Amino acid sequence: MMSQLFPNVIWSDMVVAMIETFYMTLLALLGTFIFGIMLGLLLYLTSPGGVWQNKIINLIVATIVNVFRAIPFVILILLLFPFTDFLIGTLRGPNAALPALIIGSAPFYARLVEIGLREVDKGVIEAAKSMGAKTSTIIFKVLLKESTPALVSGLTVTAIALIGYTAVAGIIGAGGLGDYAYYYGFQRRSYDVVFMCTILIVIIVFIFQFIGDALTNKLDKR
Amino acid sequence: MITIKQLSKVFQTNSTEIQAVNALDLSIDKGEIFGVIGYSGAGKSTFVRLINRLEEPTSGQVTIDNQEITSLSKKDLRLSRQEIGMIFQHFNLLWSRTVRENIMFPLEIAGLSKQERLKRADELIGLVGLAGREDAYPSQLSGGQKQRVGIARALANNPKVLLCDEATSALDPETTDSILSLLVDINEKLGLTIILITHEMHVIQKICHRVAVMEDGSVVEKGNVMDVFSHPQQPVTKKFVEQVMGKPDDELADESILNQIDQGKLLRLHFVGETASQTTISQVAKKFDVDLNILHGNVKQTQSGAYGTLFVQITGDDKEIGEAISFITSTSVQVEVK
Ligand SMILES: Nc1ncnc2c1ncn2[C@@H]1O[C@H](COP(=O)(O)OP(=O)(O)O)[C@@H](O)[C@H]1O
Ligand SMILES: [Mg+2]
Repeated sequence: MMSQLFPNVIWSDMVVAMIETFYMTLLALLGTFIFGIMLGLLLYLTSPGGVWQNKIINLIVATIVNVFRAIPFVILILLLFPFTDFLIGTLRGPNAALPALIIGSAPFYARLVEIGLREVDKGVIEAAKSMGAKTSTIIFKVLLKESTPALVSGLTVTAIALIGYTAVAGIIGAGGLGDYAYYYGFQRRSYDVVFMCTILIVIIVFIFQFIGDALTNKLDKR
Repeated sequence: MITIKQLSKVFQTNSTEIQAVNALDLSIDKGEIFGVIGYSGAGKSTFVRLINRLEEPTSGQVTIDNQEITSLSKKDLRLSRQEIGMIFQHFNLLWSRTVRENIMFPLEIAGLSKQERLKRADELIGLVGLAGREDAYPSQLSGGQKQRVGIARALANNPKVLLCDEATSALDPETTDSILSLLVDINEKLGLTIILITHEMHVIQKICHRVAVMEDGSVVEKGNVMDVFSHPQQPVTKKFVEQVMGKPDDELADESILNQIDQGKLLRLHFVGETASQTTISQVAKKFDVDLNILHGNVKQTQSGAYGTLFVQITGDDKEIGEAISFITSTSVQVEVK
């Protein structure tokens, strides 16, 4: 039945492509999380009224974030070719896609982190200060802890955008389902392969969405 | 114990300067409940936040137990803040933590071991009457319970002072009363000095020993609660007293009606403090062969006894009435025969 509907699909290749997509998404998500949190915190803390209130640093970080968010992902990949080559030593394969994936999505996530941090009640920060909390305590035990549900739901949104980016990265030979759909499906006119890749990507998106939503709900004690 | 000298705070906004607190002088004794009352915008919150430097003063001094708070370095200030508890109108609990974990937070800041933190948290949960709710999240608590967590949290590091900024203003009257009696309880049990900010005179009346009235960043009147109640000087103070005692004009209107009684005498009893005065009426009834009929009145309980006025019709033998009146005169209750 399946071989009639999808005559050109080679299932073992599909599995490899799917694992590559997962691999790229998860590693890029990890990098995005780390850089996004750092940038988001920096944006929040240096903003007017913040603990490290600083107009100049805030302006610099905000500009970097906005510029990288403005560059279309396809162009970002091309732009980063020399950097990627220097960093990874190759331009092909899932690893080569990581710098572009992280640099493309970290600024996006940073904004979501900033929004999440803004949602933390100013009164609670004040209460922590009144107890004699250090800035590091306020960052880790109040700001990040209290905004965890927002940080997780933001990460879910980012993960889904990232899955889309991994498919785009496929065009330059990053591997994964996007790559497979393009080279083995589209270019050979095997539309069943394109269709199968689509189904698998949608399933991956649903998996991330489901886990993200479940986690957010569990963490949200408001 | 707490001395405040020439304390000022000016807020710079884009267009103007706002003098939120203006050259304020106060001294607060150890173990007293000191109330600060004023209308919205009077500068009460700014004042209380200057005490633990959540707001940096523009000028002036705050000294607590001979330690000048206003000259402390950031690091020393953090240590001092552990000895100054604070509770808030909107409780400001960490919603991601349970009751117990919220109470343990200041203990984490102070660097206590996990075992000590758990032990201390359990003591405090008992003290504020939250036993059984320790694993609940703030979202599962009522307003009164949330404020109890706030109080427990503020007391965790055995502070010398408790600052309360409108701590009962978000609560219904009944819950307000229960939180106020918890504060009195803590004040008596732990000898804790409490500075209480409010815009509600009945809060002052119920639990404060002394009160300062604030208007436009300055203290316009201060003194024992009883004195301020019985002899308010400033218009703003008079208004606050009317909040709980009603307008004096109402009393006069009532009086003219009361004057129409035909039998016996009409007495106006004025209570100004001292707990003994509360039993005066029953003592008169026991000691003398007279009948007492309470017609009208308004008596409020304060931390230093009852305050207010009662209109009493007294009937019986003229001689007995005369003796009863001179007995009342000999107590702290003031009598006027109408
Ligand atoms: N951070 C601030 N910046 C500018 N003005 C402020 C700030 N905080 C308070 N004010 C002003 O100071 C005055 C006193 O405010 P506040 O202390 O909150 O009064 P209260 O607590 O008695 O209602 C008000 O006019 C208020 O607008
Ligand atoms: Mg206020």
